[in-house]
Amino acid sequence: MRTSDGALPFDLLSATERPYFDRLGNGLVVVLPAYQPGPEGWGRGGPPHGGAWIHLGEDGKARAFVGKVEVGQGTRTALSLLIAEELRLPLSSVELTMGDTDVCPWDMGTFGSRSMPDAGEHLRTTGAAARSILLGIASTKLEIAPGDLECSDGHVWAKGTKGSSSVGYGDLVKGLRRVEMVPPSARPTPPSEWTQAGRPTPNLGAREVVTGARQYTSDLHPSGLMHGKVLFAPAYGARLRSVDLSRAEAMPGVVVLHEGDLVALAAPDLATAHAALKAVRADWEPPNQLFERDIVEYLRRNPAEGEDFWDVIHHVAGDIDAALTAAPVSLHETYTTAYIAHVPMETHAVLASWEGERLTVWMGSQTPFRARDAISDALAIPPMNVHIVVPPTGSGFGGKHAADLGIVAARLAKASGRPVRIRYTREEEFTQAYLRPMAVIDIWSGAARDGTLGAWRFHVLNAGSAAARLPYKVANQKIDSQPADSPLSQGSYRALAATANNFARESHLDELAARVGADPVEYRLRHLADDRLAAVLRAVAERSGWVTHPPGSVAHGFGRGRGCGIAVGLEKGGRVATFAEVTVHEDRRLEVVRIVTGFECGAVVHPTNLRSQVEGGTIMALGGALFEAIHFENGRVLNPRLSEYRVPRFRDAPPIEVILLDRRDLPSQGGGEAPLIAVAPAIANAIYDATGRRLRSLPLAPDGTVA
Amino acid sequence: MSPSGSVASSRSAPKLRVNGIDRSIPLDRERSLLYVLREELGLTGTKYGCGEGECGACKVLVDGVAVRSCKTPIGEAIGRSVTTIEGLAQGGALHPVQQAFVDAGAFQCGYCTPGMIIAAVSLLRQSPRPSEVEIRASLDGNLCRCGGYLRVIEAIQRASRPSSESGGRTP
Repeated sequence: MRTSDGALPFDLLSATERPYFDRLGNGLVVVLPAYQPGPEGWGRGGPPHGGAWIHLGEDGKARAFVGKVEVGQGTRTALSLLIAEELRLPLSSVELTMGDTDVCPWDMGTFGSRSMPDAGEHLRTTGAAARSILLGIASTKLEIAPGDLECSDGHVWAKGTKGSSSVGYGDLVKGLRRVEMVPPSARPTPPSEWTQAGRPTPNLGAREVVTGARQYTSDLHPSGLMHGKVLFAPAYGARLRSVDLSRAEAMPGVVVLHEGDLVALAAPDLATAHAALKAVRADWEPPNQLFERDIVEYLRRNPAEGEDFWDVIHHVAGDIDAALTAAPVSLHETYTTAYIAHVPMETHAVLASWEGERLTVWMGSQTPFRARDAISDALAIPPMNVHIVVPPTGSGFGGKHAADLGIVAARLAKASGRPVRIRYTREEEFTQAYLRPMAVIDIWSGAARDGTLGAWRFHVLNAGSAAARLPYKVANQKIDSQPADSPLSQGSYRALAATANNFARESHLDELAARVGADPVEYRLRHLADDRLAAVLRAVAERSGWVTHPPGSVAHGFGRGRGCGIAVGLEKGGRVATFAEVTVHEDRRLEVVRIVTGFECGAVVHPTNLRSQVEGGTIMALGGALFEAIHFENGRVLNPRLSEYRVPRFRDAPPIEVILLDRRDLPSQGGGEAPLIAVAPAIANAIYDATGRRLRSLPLAPDGTVA
Repeated sequence: MSPSGSVASSRSAPKLRVNGIDRSIPLDRERSLLYVLREELGLTGTKYGCGEGECGACKVLVDGVAVRSCKTPIGEAIGRSVTTIEGLAQGGALHPVQQAFVDAGAFQCGYCTPGMIIAAVSLLRQSPRPSEVEIRASLDGNLCRCGGYLRVIEAIQRASRPSSESGGRTP
């Protein structure tokens, strides 16, 4: 298995065969393996992802390894806090390596808000096991029963004698080369007893960020670096008819690659690379015509088989057809969302470099292990000869799952014999990165005269199933999702389906409330099947000063240009409620006056960062709710520039009040996605309240006004 | 006079004063300041974001005023003093604006942060106690896709307070 230079991916070896100590020096290694069954331990067939491992070294530091990556969402600090907590170490004695495919446990990818429930739980469990093993070693050394010892501040102490008989972790593991597996009996510290986790803490690495010292992939500059460019089709689905590379090939130092539809080149400096790409003459066969105005009908006419991230749902309860027919109040409406772009501030970037047969690719990737497999497949080399490193990354938002740029960079590096870096221009980012899918959602509902919901038929096309299930009690339901054949490149996105499904459901609920004259808060509370979500809704209604009234009731002072809306959501284990107040001015200009968002995701690990995630997610959601949309024609993106595609700016950020409900009695869930999903419906409901106009398509105010 | 005071003493290689040091740069005066900083001088703290002056990730100070280096031809910077994010901290001590960004937790992925800090330093030079409205207007050309705007406003407000006030942080 060993490669020529002795380096090798740990995850391709069994847990006890890995050269931990050759890499990190003597010490104790504690491993939570993937998929190890535990009858009463972590249960249900083991961790769904690849586990974790921690090395305790003679320097007294803990070095921990997980397969998740940090792309700006702040999990590095949160996960490090959990390690420090379990091992009773200061945060400065914890080093966490994330997503490095040579040394980290295999992981499916960083998406779906899984870092806290998976990696967080794995690190807590591993840390707890390491702590009890340290106590065992100390017991022998100090000749004190383990039960009379405790860990604190990197030392093991005899209980109640703090200051006298103690031994540091570094001394305990001196000379050891011991590997232990986490026993199923390992029990992490309950959040109610946390002393480090759960407290406000600055994000790690702040100094590097504010001094410009942090090196992102696009900043890496090894000696001999070549800059790669790819000839991209001018439209999605266009085929290359012919290409003339002679002028580019004649430029000094330029290496050109041409295999089928792939044309790529590398040059010793970026300016030459740009010039060489411009010198390529290509003739393309355009794709079939599709106009943006026809997109809804196109998607309806072109159903497709499911892809991995769609997670198709078919849920039936009761007799939906009979219940819809019999309901005295019924409603059918269609809701849509637009194709939007991730727009990470750091565009896609990769750096590929060969050492003999072994390839290292540095890339801002949310799926480094899958990238390793994709690259090894494409190049027909063994996965053990591919090493993916994920440097600090200028955000992802679900947009950095693809490995294709890594494959091209690796080929160019092979052809030129030098390291090759490729970084998308902003225009390439808009045209080549996949988009958030457009969703088309139909809802048919039936209610009693007092508004009590009895029938709910929900069909989502081209967005997926997340948050499609009802958080409300309804006897007769039919909920299904249907992928479609998209005319544009589409893929994963932060809170993709949940944003669309929640917008449709929470808008529709408001329409029903208006129809029966019910207050939207009371109407939701009447139907909510989830006490935790009800608690969040109550907290937001109270803090926002919610005035009880049916939507758009002028008698209560609303409906005259000023309005309030509220929406809830349950997604990825998180519960969210968002209140929005808007003013629609006489010139129809929409102003979001303020937002109050309540969020509950179990025990809060890192409140400083969670607050940032909720605020930031709310602002990102405002973009998709109000004005973001990719425009297209014939497979061509028409607005591939920041001057043409508007993302939220300072002027768009309203005051946001964040309420975090910390439930120390519940497991920690992710906070990166759920806080986005109630923003759009809250604003749509507020617009209705202010104007009596019901908007059912996102974005709600593309040019800043309400139509 | 500057310590290295030999601006334009060499005819063949033009010099650019960056962070107090004269650096030799290529002859092409149309090349962007961003390109020269990142590709020629290895100062990668200044970021590429869009290349059309829309995002502010590339902002640097030229004679103390924030400019978009992606839209600034190098010819316009020669003979003037350029300060990048790498040049703000003095002798290991962070600039007060940098410290305020740390204290306020005013970054997520951090990619836009150098440009934000440069824009904030420029604003505070012109207006030492800016209102929130001024801060928003002045930084509207800086994008943060993580949506960290409210933390950035808080950081700039912290930096604009006299040190006696900002020293008394609640734990």
